[in-house]
Amino acid sequence: MPAPDLRLVAALAAAKSTYRATRLLGKSGGTALPGFVAERIDPAIIRKIAARLPQGAIVVAGTNGKTTTARLLSAMLAAGGLRVRNNRAGSNLSRGIASTFARESGIGGHPRADVAVLETDEAAFPAIVAAVRPRMVILNNLFRDQLDRYGELHTIATKWSDALATLPEGATLVYDADDPTLCALAQRAPASVVRVPFGLGTHPYALAELSHAADAALCTKCGTLLAYHQLSVGHLGDWYCPTGDNTRPPLAFRADAITLHGIDGASSTITYSGDHSDDAADAPLPLTTLLPGLYNVYYSLAAAAAARTFGIQPAAIAAAAARFVAPFGRVERVTVRGRRLTLALIKNPTGANEVVRLLLTAPPAPLLICINDLTADGRDVSWLWDTDFELLADYPAPVLVSGIRAADMAVRLKYAGVPDAHITVVPEIADALVAVAERADAGGDAFVIPTYTAMLAAREALYKLGALQNVWDTAEDAPPHVAKNGTKSGKVKRGIGFGALGTLGVAAMQCIRRAKR
Amino acid sequence: MTYALRITWLYPRLMNIYGDRGNVRTLEQRCRWRGIDATVASVGIGDDLTAGDTDIYFFGGGQDREQIAVADDLQGAKGDAIRRDIAQDAAALTVCGGYQLFGEFYRPYSSDDLPGITVFDAWSDAGQDRFIGNVLSETEWGTLVGFENHSGRTFLRDGTKPFGRVVVGHGNNGQDGTEGATTRNAYGCYLHGSVLPKNPVFADHLIGLALRRRYGQDVALTPLDDAVEHRAHEAAAIRARQTR
Repeated sequence: MPAPDLRLVAALAAAKSTYRATRLLGKSGGTALPGFVAERIDPAIIRKIAARLPQGAIVVAGTNGKTTTARLLSAMLAAGGLRVRNNRAGSNLSRGIASTFARESGIGGHPRADVAVLETDEAAFPAIVAAVRPRMVILNNLFRDQLDRYGELHTIATKWSDALATLPEGATLVYDADDPTLCALAQRAPASVVRVPFGLGTHPYALAELSHAADAALCTKCGTLLAYHQLSVGHLGDWYCPTGDNTRPPLAFRADAITLHGIDGASSTITYSGDHSDDAADAPLPLTTLLPGLYNVYYSLAAAAAARTFGIQPAAIAAAAARFVAPFGRVERVTVRGRRLTLALIKNPTGANEVVRLLLTAPPAPLLICINDLTADGRDVSWLWDTDFELLADYPAPVLVSGIRAADMAVRLKYAGVPDAHITVVPEIADALVAVAERADAGGDAFVIPTYTAMLAAREALYKLGALQNVWDTAEDAPPHVAKNGTKSGKVKRGIGFGALGTLGVAAMQCIRRAKR
Repeated sequence: MTYALRITWLYPRLMNIYGDRGNVRTLEQRCRWRGIDATVASVGIGDDLTAGDTDIYFFGGGQDREQIAVADDLQGAKGDAIRRDIAQDAAALTVCGGYQLFGEFYRPYSSDDLPGITVFDAWSDAGQDRFIGNVLSETEWGTLVGFENHSGRTFLRDGTKPFGRVVVGHGNNGQDGTEGATTRNAYGCYLHGSVLPKNPVFADHLIGLALRRRYGQDVALTPLDDAVEHRAHEAAAIRARQTR
């Protein structure tokens, strides 16, 4: 047996006691601090634990849809009998991953899981890839997002390309071939990387033209503006260069027979080609989900393609997809004052356009838009002007605005052509939630579309209203397929135990430091 | 009589990432609400632009790579036409990348200078870090609120008038307190937000300038109810001071 890694043991013990302490103190989330502590003690903690995962790690990146994809894929892998670990929504930086690893490993650093599915934001992707050396990478899309935080698109694409160049031999790259930028990245990836492109087959929900927010894609070979046989979401679609020198590559996984069921879900049939096609198990796979909108069809397809490539059987994939509930605020339903509220997160122009498009497929209902400008939302609210709120100009139901930037949103709607009389400003999100519910018919629907921190505020308010069991419920804190461990008293006992271990860990670290001097 | 204004939107497909579309929307709507017939013509790379066809130019910010393509396209006939119109008092609002290209040149960190069209006697170079945050700029039309996000530093030549003075934020270069530039009826600034929707007094100033030039006399603008805009202005100003 190899000698125990003292630094790792110390890091884990300290992280675990920090985690217990934050839980005992009733602090919400606790997603970053344990990881912060762990990385301070052992900067290599992520790499060390990832290397001990029997089935390795899968990293999911993309501007939009990474949380949904990561959670759905985890559910599919779990349905296939694997023990899966996720990092939690909103904590997809390295310290969030370190937190997850610390919490889900034995004190010797042995993970209590077969595989980790880790989502990472655009900026952290290169560092996470370098640290975990993933067996599989899933790239969803690359849209402009929070320019104050992530910078411009080309900068991100270049960093991603560099990161892909460091993938281990034989790693798999599952990517959305409907995104020309990702195709260019995939082309430049090392020859040893296995490429699994996915995309949409012909469907009746195509866009007539690129929206203002869409990033016009230029051909990577000749610089000509790309054209589309079918445009699906933002700049995603069946693209080609008019000069004939470049086109969407042949798809390994394709979603056909796409049918959207309003805000209630979507279905499609997934077909494979390539390596899997001679397998009898690889007949077309019908997929029905509770995830609405064309954008979610992409994410279900991404998850199914990854799970199938990972060797999960089609029946398990379909079963997991059918019962999967959207994570934390990505189309979530709660009841307030006898009305059904549908919550859908908005983060950037393309995502917000899709959410608005989705709401317009449902019967009109009172709508609440909550805009905050904290760091996690993007401090710049200019993106509201790139979003096509003009789609709401003739919206027949009342529109309420709330959040730190409610007044900005009211101006945006006014210039979008929404009549003044239809717009109500309710600054406090808690009040606005009640107000929008009360404007709906008894037993009827209302819609809430908040930015990230506005969603957190909304959830807290909904919890106080008794509409949510827990602010940090299963969707945020642990996916439904991850067993919740222990009773409350058990937690307290373990907390005390880990507290003692943490103290030992810190002492051990000090010993290591002294020994080094 | 019915008035009409022609707005030319420079490179909307390429210089479109910082929400500057709101400025065009604001000019359009504030004209429409007053019965002024405003039309918007988009001009992209390779498109013709004829001097004398424009009452108000708008030119927003874009990503670095797009800015290179746009700089190249502006040299020659297109830039000449714009300069001629500005010399004859056409109104113009340029923001961020558009503002830089209305100057003499933009000097990137490690590549060749991008030539501008020298409407403003000012030049820009690349700074080490980005200026990102809320801005308050004191101008003749009151305190403007906006959001800046730029690594370029702009320096005004002697005699060039700044558009405003920064109260909160960095402005042109983070050193001399100036924000933007103005010459004749052309304005340049670093304010996204978008800038015009929350600063309707200045939006109307541009519309007024364009009408006077087009019709040879001052045209009284019908007052609008700007309560929603003013509330957003106030809220943004408070936010800017909180987050400075």
